[in-house]
Amino acid sequence: MTNTNMSNSNTSSSNTSSSNMKLGPLTTLLMNDKGGRRLLAVLAALAILVPASNLLMPEGSIFHVSTYTMTLLGKYLCYALLAVSVDLIWGYCGILSLGHGAFFALGGYAMGMYLMMQIGDRGVYGNPDLPDFMVFLNWQELPWYWLGFESFTFSMVMVLLAPGILAFVFGALAFRSRVTGVYLSIITQALTYALMLAFFRNDMGFGGNNGLTDFKDILGFDLQADTTRAGLFFCSALALIIGYLISRFIVTSKLGRVLIAIRDSETRARFLGYRVEYFKLFVFIVSAMLAGVAGALYVPQVGIINPGEFAPLLSIEMIIWVAVGGRGTLFGAVIGAILVNYAKTYFTGAFAEIWLFLLGGLFVLSTLYLPKGIIGLWMQMSDKLTKKLAERKAVNLPIGEKV
Amino acid sequence: MRKYVKRIVWLSCFSLFAIFSNAAFSTGDNSTGINSTEKSAEHNTLSATVQTLIKASYKQKAGIIDSIAAIEDDHKLVILQSLLDNQLYYQKKNNVDKDNKRLLLVDLSLLKKEKPNAMLDAFSGEEVSGLSKRKVKKIGVNNALRRNIRSHLSLIKITHSDNKVRLAAAQNLLKDSSNIDLAFIETTLKIEKNVKVIDVLKTVRALMLLQSEQATIRLLALAELDGSLYPETRIELNKFISSFDIEMQKSRADEYLLAQKTLTDIETLMSYNGYAENLYFGLALGAVLLLAAIGLAITFGVMGVINMAHGEMIMLGAYTTYVVQMLMPESIGASLLVSIPAAFLVSGFVGILIERSVIRHLYGRPLETLLATFGISLILQQAVRSIFGPLNREVITPDWLAGTFMVNPGLYLTYNRLYIIIFSLVVLAVLALVLKRTLFGLQMRAVTMNRPMASSMGIRTGWVDALTFGLGSGIAGIAGVALSQLTNVGPNLGQAYIIDSFMVVVFGGVGNLWGTLVGAMSLGIANKFMEPVAGAVLAKILVLVFIILFIQKRPRGLFALKGRAVDNG
Repeated sequence: MTNTNMSNSNTSSSNTSSSNMKLGPLTTLLMNDKGGRRLLAVLAALAILVPASNLLMPEGSIFHVSTYTMTLLGKYLCYALLAVSVDLIWGYCGILSLGHGAFFALGGYAMGMYLMMQIGDRGVYGNPDLPDFMVFLNWQELPWYWLGFESFTFSMVMVLLAPGILAFVFGALAFRSRVTGVYLSIITQALTYALMLAFFRNDMGFGGNNGLTDFKDILGFDLQADTTRAGLFFCSALALIIGYLISRFIVTSKLGRVLIAIRDSETRARFLGYRVEYFKLFVFIVSAMLAGVAGALYVPQVGIINPGEFAPLLSIEMIIWVAVGGRGTLFGAVIGAILVNYAKTYFTGAFAEIWLFLLGGLFVLSTLYLPKGIIGLWMQMSDKLTKKLAERKAVNLPIGEKV
Repeated sequence: MRKYVKRIVWLSCFSLFAIFSNAAFSTGDNSTGINSTEKSAEHNTLSATVQTLIKASYKQKAGIIDSIAAIEDDHKLVILQSLLDNQLYYQKKNNVDKDNKRLLLVDLSLLKKEKPNAMLDAFSGEEVSGLSKRKVKKIGVNNALRRNIRSHLSLIKITHSDNKVRLAAAQNLLKDSSNIDLAFIETTLKIEKNVKVIDVLKTVRALMLLQSEQATIRLLALAELDGSLYPETRIELNKFISSFDIEMQKSRADEYLLAQKTLTDIETLMSYNGYAENLYFGLALGAVLLLAAIGLAITFGVMGVINMAHGEMIMLGAYTTYVVQMLMPESIGASLLVSIPAAFLVSGFVGILIERSVIRHLYGRPLETLLATFGISLILQQAVRSIFGPLNREVITPDWLAGTFMVNPGLYLTYNRLYIIIFSLVVLAVLALVLKRTLFGLQMRAVTMNRPMASSMGIRTGWVDALTFGLGSGIAGIAGVALSQLTNVGPNLGQAYIIDSFMVVVFGGVGNLWGTLVGAMSLGIANKFMEPVAGAVLAKILVLVFIILFIQKRPRGLFALKGRAVDNG
């Protein structure tokens, strides 16, 4: 624990000297973010080690990571990116969106549409132009909004644009008329609910109830192949690292300060002369795009996207990842997402009955006793310990030699 | 503005009452029912005549049946009907009196299953037990006799003393008037007093006249049929119109045009009926939403607490109804009445428990409260799933809730919806009274307006909070009782309504009962009016989009709360 103390003082000293020294952008970003530094290091290591051990180590070796585990981990990383995007607006701007699943699913659908177009004539009906479900519904030609999705670049642009535009329209309307607090939460929930109902309809042209599935390959690589899976895992880890850095950049910038001011008192920030709605809108759009990217990486790994991803329950679950990890600390969101999802995988497999009890209990306990999540708890405990240690030291030391 | 709304509300209440009293009147007609024991003495002539049937040949039977039909006794209807249905029997060995054998009404299918009421005395209607199938013998009829009986029956029914029987008979004539002649209808019309029966009979007459040879009579019949909403009228008119070929259309142009005009008139009226039906369904949906949202409005309005577990309070209420029904299987009707207070208490108690254990610690942190209550909702859902199983449970609807009533011949409305509309308004009224007239209501309003001030005036705000939350949850429980009559009772019952009830509260404005009423009713009606045009799902989406846009214009709902409370949000 003395080590923690030491490194704390180290960072604070380097902080004061930062104005004199020329530092790289990455260093500035992660200067006061010890947890983040460690997390990124772990992520970078995972991004290389897991695919490597999956591909290079022989099966049966203890160092071999099975494809199933790797895909599962990749899924967790997508969730973690989603959690970062939620934390960005909730933890740093006070916007509790209960509809973030909508942006996640929209990104996923954009990717899903690209993957559908890649199937080509290998579908059940063998129609080279139309996805199977459209043939099944007797559609004659591709709807206009499907045009362009055979191009990967276009699809990736849409992965960002589709959630971004929705966030822009919705956010502009909501923030301009100062819909805040629980009202905003309920309205966002209504938004994702409405989208879910809409996507369930066959007429929407997104596969209705079944969604988009039966994907074959991405960029010409077979989706079932281990190498593709490894590549996707690497991309997920990379996306999480980049997403983390972007979010970190935003929250440490001057803009981030304003966001925190808005979180703590929106009216005061407005009276100080800031156009609150623009700040909120900006961070809302960035967050939506991050969520979209997470969705886009999620879909090829799980192999399906359907309207169930719009379900309000999932959107609320995201909030609990962040709450458990620690609201207002970006790496806490990552840890929370991975922990809760690991617990979910474990319990739904082992004791399906208990999982909802546990999840519900998690909601209650984390709000009642862990307002800052497990990261907050950890900090609190380490603070207490260091204080105790410091006190003990102070007692032992002769007067005048206090640190 | 508010006064105006109040007036609208009262007007709508009044019109509802009018519909209801009309319905009550139409069902009240059957008060002149047959009282069997009193009348058994009067059946002497009838019983003596029926006795002769036992030994008679089929030829003689025809005459006897004619004379039975001529006897002035309403009970002949029962006898003839049972004769027609092969259910009239007599007891074979009755040593008391050879010429006076006991006549019985026997239902063989019931007798085989040894169910009650399989064997009844034909005149007193009392159940006869201890007689096996071998001890009784059927009084047989052949097809010629059956035809005879049928025509007698329709005549008897149309002159029966009971309004309901006459109405039913007249409506049967509407469907099939082949064995009736015009003169008979004319004579019955002369003696008939009941407006409804006259209306039906006039339609029957007009439909018969439509087949007449004379053009003037046909025109008169068409004029008579104008505005008649019976489905048969439309069928006959369509047949009539399609019977015109192009030449006849020219030669009998006046008739053809009049028939078409009559038909379009009727169809216009039917479309109004459609609107009325939509309105009714919309009001019923609104009533359900109202019940679901009132409790939410209270907890949100008074305490600023978003209770995501509100839907589960509704679910608990529905399950309470189910349990109460399990406990009293003998009296389904009474169990529903018992379950109203029971559901209120169960949900209210759970609500107070939640408030004291969780929400109390989270005041002033609405977003955290939202999350915590959501967690509670998951726990409650899983708990119910573990106890009652994941499958839906069926709650039986008591007889007095089933059935329909007729507004006009083209529009039938179901009773259960009517009761739910009334019930929701009653709940709203009681709640309004509690808020306005009781000490608890006064304290609650004080806490809503200014918590610190109320506290310094000596109101125990914590206690008020707990009771308010209990009240809101209890009303959700009552909503569950109502919902159990409309949908299946399952663990996800509450989830289906929670988003809609939030929309009602957001739309109507927080902490305002009138806002909730107007919000619920307008959303319900809007939903039902859009459904036929856009489909159920799209209608729901459109409503949600509308509310999202509406919130832009009025972020605090239709009836926003004024005063200090607003600033805290």
